[in-house]
Amino acid sequence: MKKASWVIMALVTVVFVVSWIAKSSSYNGETDNYIAQGFLVTFAAFLTLSIMSFLYKDNPFYKFAEHLFVGISAAFWMCMGFWSTIVGNLIPRLSSSLSEWFKVPYIESDYNIAFYVPVVLGILLLMRLSSKRGWLSRWPLAFIVGTTAGLNFIRYLRSDFIKQISATLVPLVVDWQGVGHFFSTFSLSASGQFVAIVTNWVVFLGVFCGLIYFFFSKEHTGAFGRASRVGIWVLMITFGASFGYTVMGRISLLVGRITFLFKDWLEIIG
Amino acid sequence: MTVHNSLILPLVTFHDVGMVVSLLAIAAGLIWLFIRSLKGMEVDRRIIFLFIFAAVAAPLLFPFTFSEKATPVVKALFNKVESLPPGSHVLLSYDFDPAMAPEVQPMANAFTRHCLEKGHKVIYMCLFATGQGQFEETMRDVIAPEFPDKVDGVDYVNLGYKAGNEGVLNVIVTDFEKMFPTDVNTVPYDSIEVFKGIKSCKDLDLIISIGGGRPGIKEWVLFVGDQADVPIATGVAAVVAPQLYPYYPKQLLGLLGGIKGAAEYESELVRNYPRFKDSPTPGLKMMGPQTLAHMVIMSFIVIGNIIFFTQRRRERKS
Repeated sequence: MKKASWVIMALVTVVFVVSWIAKSSSYNGETDNYIAQGFLVTFAAFLTLSIMSFLYKDNPFYKFAEHLFVGISAAFWMCMGFWSTIVGNLIPRLSSSLSEWFKVPYIESDYNIAFYVPVVLGILLLMRLSSKRGWLSRWPLAFIVGTTAGLNFIRYLRSDFIKQISATLVPLVVDWQGVGHFFSTFSLSASGQFVAIVTNWVVFLGVFCGLIYFFFSKEHTGAFGRASRVGIWVLMITFGASFGYTVMGRISLLVGRITFLFKDWLEIIG
Repeated sequence: MTVHNSLILPLVTFHDVGMVVSLLAIAAGLIWLFIRSLKGMEVDRRIIFLFIFAAVAAPLLFPFTFSEKATPVVKALFNKVESLPPGSHVLLSYDFDPAMAPEVQPMANAFTRHCLEKGHKVIYMCLFATGQGQFEETMRDVIAPEFPDKVDGVDYVNLGYKAGNEGVLNVIVTDFEKMFPTDVNTVPYDSIEVFKGIKSCKDLDLIISIGGGRPGIKEWVLFVGDQADVPIATGVAAVVAPQLYPYYPKQLLGLLGGIKGAAEYESELVRNYPRFKDSPTPGLKMMGPQTLAHMVIMSFIVIGNIIFFTQRRRERKS
């Protein structure tokens, strides 16, 4: 390692220790575990800054934080899978003695011999680890794919197809009571008649032109081509809105992290 | 001298000076960036990151807030919670993790405030394992300090996390007890007062899913809302909000998209319930950094386009 790297490492260690001592002192009197609390906040700030340091360039601090995150996530989800799925869902419906051993309430009324089926399928899934018996894992995998497809098919057909078509079939003239009434009650408010009519026209034309853009059996020329071009505009506006929302989301996360650094770690904002 | 101070000091505070200096520094930086780019010099990406940091940090150090007005899509959800009679059953599903928390935790806290203030019975659950920890934040920051008289099991109940994703919803749409025989404190379902008269999701008056990942609001619509015909609304991270707008208003009665949605809801809550005037409003506070950061990003887009067209014209001339 270069001399400069040693200096940076030493500097970070010193800052970390000073921060730990300062934070622990500030928590002294508020909580019994003030030393641990001071360490946790300092360590969280260190990890936040380590991840952010990647914006400058790749470095050992970023790598350490990244590897720690991946390792802890894998361990966390493995434990959660065991305690919530096997212990939480399966054992209380399968065995009273095991329930007692794991200290979860046994649900006698839910006992069903069919619950042994997922146990067997689960063991078969682990056969993937064996080079000779690996093919056995295809059976539970086929079961998972089949049930997921079956469960989702009807619901997607109903919610994302039929109901969405129904939602698109909107009246193009809303609450029409004549030209006089239209102009006498004219308003640009979101709940007004004019805005409702414009909204429905945008929905109708947007869907219609968007579908035309994806219709490739006819050459996109003339009126058909112009409608297709409107379709492209609709798609571009949609992508733009999506991008705008994504920017807002990412900025919110940055605000969250900087708030943590300023408020919980440095205590410079209230 | 005394007269001079009393006239000036109340008008110009340290925050105002800090804010103005920050804005001027950012504006000067953008002009420098523009001139540098016009001269054809490269701009390091790290300078862009520095601008974004400054745009976010300055309003946090020297806060400024905007008054938000609820848009119809947010107002619809607020009005629904308002219109339900006291004692109605509202389910809040915490379908998010700490990564989404800065955006959606303010929504979760605002929903809790509103529902408990109206006297609704609130049922908490999570489809994300990490949602349980996020509920504890609501408990610590909202329920315990602001509603000390509300009783666990009587006014609200926490069912906790249950593994199974869509499978959980597929069961509770017909039978709650089958999936949640006890609450998170192992109190049996039959003994929980909140659940009196509640057998399944069909008996609920409103379901609000807070999240942005999978499983989340889409699964709630597919497996519960459309199947059981229960009113469903959501508060989601901004990234997924555009994908959910097609469900409004027929399949979703209201939608809070990102921190803007949270700010609008908080604003509406404070306007209607002055009691919450001094309660934390992180959504509203975040709108300052959001606005400044967006302005800086828009400036980058404008500068980038000007440079692009200028360079193209130069190339054509040469």
